[in-house]
Amino acid sequence: MYRYVVTRLLLAVPTLVGAAALVFVLMRLIPGDVCVIRLGAGSHGNPGAIEACRQSLGLDNPLIVQFLDFLGNYFTFDFGTSMWSGRRVAHEIGSRLPVSLQIALMATVIAVLIAIPLGTISALKENTWLDHIVRMVAIAGIATPSFWLGIMSLVLVLDITYLATGKAWMPPIDYVPFWQDPLRNLSMVLLPAITVGYRYSAVTMRMTRSAMLEVMREDYIRTARSKGLLEQIIVNRHALKNALLPVVTLIGIEFAFLIGGLVVTEQVFNLNGIGRLFVQSVQNQDNVMTQALTMLVVTVFVLTNLVVDLLYAWLDPRIRYS
Amino acid sequence: MYLRTGLLAAGLGLAATIAAVPAGAQTPKRGGTLVYMIPADSPPSFDGHRETTFATVHAAAPFYSVLIRVPPDNPASTTEYVCDLCTEMPKPTDDGKTYTFKIRPGVKFHDGSTLTAKDVGASWQRIVFPPQGVTSARVSYYAMVDKIEVPDDNTIVFKLKFATSAFLPALADPFTWIYKKEILDKDQHWYEKNIMGSGPFKFTSYDVGQAIKGARNPDYYHKGQPYLDAIEGIFADKQAVRVDAIRADRAAMEFRGLPPSARDSLVKEAGKDVVIQESDWNCGNIITPNHKKKPFDDVRVRRALALAIDQWAGAPALSKIATVKTVGGIVFPGSPLAATKEELQKMAGYWPDIEKSRAEARRLLKEAGAEGLKFELTNRNVDQPYKFVGTWLIGEWKKIGLNVEQKVVPTGPWFQAMRGGNFDVVVDANCQSIVNPALDTGKYLPKSIYPESYGDYDDPKSAELYNKMLRESDPKAQRAAMRAYETHTLDTMAHAIITPYWFRIIPERSYVKGWKISPSHYLNQDLANIWLDK
Repeated sequence: MYRYVVTRLLLAVPTLVGAAALVFVLMRLIPGDVCVIRLGAGSHGNPGAIEACRQSLGLDNPLIVQFLDFLGNYFTFDFGTSMWSGRRVAHEIGSRLPVSLQIALMATVIAVLIAIPLGTISALKENTWLDHIVRMVAIAGIATPSFWLGIMSLVLVLDITYLATGKAWMPPIDYVPFWQDPLRNLSMVLLPAITVGYRYSAVTMRMTRSAMLEVMREDYIRTARSKGLLEQIIVNRHALKNALLPVVTLIGIEFAFLIGGLVVTEQVFNLNGIGRLFVQSVQNQDNVMTQALTMLVVTVFVLTNLVVDLLYAWLDPRIRYS
Repeated sequence: MYLRTGLLAAGLGLAATIAAVPAGAQTPKRGGTLVYMIPADSPPSFDGHRETTFATVHAAAPFYSVLIRVPPDNPASTTEYVCDLCTEMPKPTDDGKTYTFKIRPGVKFHDGSTLTAKDVGASWQRIVFPPQGVTSARVSYYAMVDKIEVPDDNTIVFKLKFATSAFLPALADPFTWIYKKEILDKDQHWYEKNIMGSGPFKFTSYDVGQAIKGARNPDYYHKGQPYLDAIEGIFADKQAVRVDAIRADRAAMEFRGLPPSARDSLVKEAGKDVVIQESDWNCGNIITPNHKKKPFDDVRVRRALALAIDQWAGAPALSKIATVKTVGGIVFPGSPLAATKEELQKMAGYWPDIEKSRAEARRLLKEAGAEGLKFELTNRNVDQPYKFVGTWLIGEWKKIGLNVEQKVVPTGPWFQAMRGGNFDVVVDANCQSIVNPALDTGKYLPKSIYPESYGDYDDPKSAELYNKMLRESDPKAQRAAMRAYETHTLDTMAHAIITPYWFRIIPERSYVKGWKISPSHYLNQDLANIWLDK
C-alpha cells in the first residue's frame, strides 16, 4: 500500500509539470499584462510607470527564466508574491481557502445525505411514483444552474422577509469563521451550500440509482435472497457497499471541482473564496496567482483521486494495491 | 421622496440630489458604524501615490490627510479648494509661481507622532519626483513644479516653472496622501501593504478581498469629526450583491455609482429607506479613430464619424438605461471652462440639425471615397456604459451607410490594443478625479506629448493651442484658449468624438447623513463628515 501511494504521488509530478507549462503559456498568450491593467488607465502620460512596474515584477525577464522561477518556487512550496496585491500568494490563498473548503464540505455532506438514501430508494422502488418523483427532483437539479438557484433563493429570502416583517433580510456578506461566530457563519454559508449541494446531490442521486439498479440484478444478490437473508441486510451490506464504488469516484471529482469551481456562486453570495480569486487573478493578469491556483486545483484533483482509489479497497475487499 | 430625474436634468454639471438630504438642517449625531460597499475585488495596493483605482481610495482614504482638497460640504464645486492640513489657502507670489503653505500645528499620526511640514514635504517629493524604483502614477500632473522646499517644520513651499491655474486643483488630487517621512526614509514601499496616516479614522484590520475596517481617530484635527465610531468597507464587485446589501441594510451605501435600472429597482423595493444622490461624472467615453490606419488618416472620414451621431437625441434616451447623461465637449460640463450648448452646436458631432449633419457626413464620405466603409469598433468588456455606448454608436453610424462590427475584449487586451495601435476605432475612456480641465484635456494632445492619447497623430498646432491655454492665467482668456483647442480637436481635426458624460447615481440608506456627492468617485472619501441618524 505504502509503495502504491508513493508511486501514485511520483506519477503526479509529470501531471503537475504539464499543467504548469500549460497555464504558463496560456496566461502569456493574453495580450497586455498586470501593469497595463493597473496603471494603463491612469498613469497620465507617464509610460515610465508601466515600465518600472514590469521591471519590478520580473516581466521583462526571458520567458524561460520566468518559467523556471515558477517551477522552482512551486516545488519548494514557495508560491511567490501576487503581482496584483504584492502579498504572499500563500497568504492570499490561505485567507480564502477556509471559505471554499467549508462550502465544499457542507455541499458534499448535503449532497451525500440527500443523494444516497434517495438514489437507493429510487432504485429499490423502480418505476413507482416515488421513483418518478426522485428522478424528477434529480433532473431538475442537474438542469438548474446553481448560480441561478443562488440568485433566486436570495431574491426569495429578501422578498419573503420583507413581506413577513417589513424589512428585507439577506445572509451576511462578510465572512466570519465558524469558531468566531457559528451563527453568523452558518447564516452566511448555508444558502450557498444548499444551492451547490442540490446540484451536486442530483448528479450523485442519479449515479447511486443506476449503480444500485445494476448491483441489485447481480447473481450474488439473487444468491443472498435465495439464502433467505433479510432485504435490509442485502441492501445495506451487499448491494449498497458495492454500488458506492462509482458514487465515491463522482463525489471525489465533484469535491475537487468545488474547491476552485464555485466562481459564480461565490460572486452571487459575495463569498471571498478560491473561485472568485481565480477569476480576479485571470482578469488582472496576475500570472503568479493564476499559476498557483491552477496548481492548487490540480493538486487537489490528484490527491482526491488517490483518496478515492484507496477508498475502493475499503469498499471492495477484492481490490488490493501493490 | 423620490422625484423623477427629468425634473432636475437641466442643471448641467451640478450635483443633483434626487432625494432630500437635509444634512445642513440637522445637528450631526455621534456614534455608529458605517458599513459601505466597495465595488471592487480588492485594491492592488494601499499606496495612493502609486495606484490609480478607486478601490484604493474607497478603502484607504479615511485613514489619511491631504494638504488641500475640495470642500467636503460642497464637493460638487469645480473651482473651490480648502485646507485639510494647511492653515489657510495661500495667495501665490512671484507672479503666480510660488505657493507657501503653513501646516496646521499639533496634528498627530495614528502612531502618536507629530506630523510636520517635513512629512508633507517628503510625501510631495515622492509624488512629484519619485525616487528610483518608486512608481508615482501622477508625475505628469506636476510637470509645472520646479521645486518643493520645507524651510521649517510648519512651512512647505512649492515653486513652479510657470504660473498656471492647473496647479491648485492638481494639488487637491485625492490620491496625494501624507505619509510619515521616517517610514518613507526606511522603506519607500512600506505604504503599499500598510496603512498609517493622520486621517479621521485609524486602520484596524483588513481581510484580503473581503473587508477593511477603521475606528474613530479621537485626535483628529477637525474638531468634532469624525462623527462615526467606526467604518467597514466590504468589497463586492457584483452589482447585484451591492444592491441587495443596501436593500437589506447589510450595507448603508456605496460610493461609485449604479446604473439607472439598479437605482429604480432599489427605490421601488426599499422605498423611503433609501435615498439617491446624482451628479454628472468627470468621466466619459472618447471614440478614437486610429490615425495611422486608412481611411481614418483622412480628416473627412473622421468628421463624418462625428457628424453621424445625434448626441442631443441620444443622450436622454441612453440615460434611461446607461450611466451617461449630459452632452459635453472636452471639458467637464460643470466647469467654467466648459463649452456652452451654443458653442458645442457649432462643432462636428453637435449640430442641432441632425439631418443636415448626416447629409454632410455622407458627402464627406463620398468625397473621401469611403462610402459604405466597414470597420471594427474595439470596445472594453464592461457593460456600463461601454457596451451601451458602443451599441448606440453602431446604430448611429449605420444611418450614414457605415458597416461597423463591435469587437468586445477584456480590459488587458483592450489596453494592449490601444497602446499598440491595433484597432480601427476604439471606445476609450477619460476618467479624472478632481475637475482640472487644463490637465484633463491633455488626453487630446499628440501621442508624442501624451502617451495615453491613442489616436497616434502628430499635430504641432494642437500642442501649441494646449500650451497657450495651460499657461493662461486670465480666466476669460483661458476660456477662449480652451475653445480654440477644443474646436481644433473635435471639429477642425476631428481627432476624437466625445460621447455623453457619465452620470453618477449613489444610493444610501436614509439614515446616512452628511455626505454629499461630487463629480468624481475619487473625491470626498475620507468619510469624516458622515453621521448616522439612527
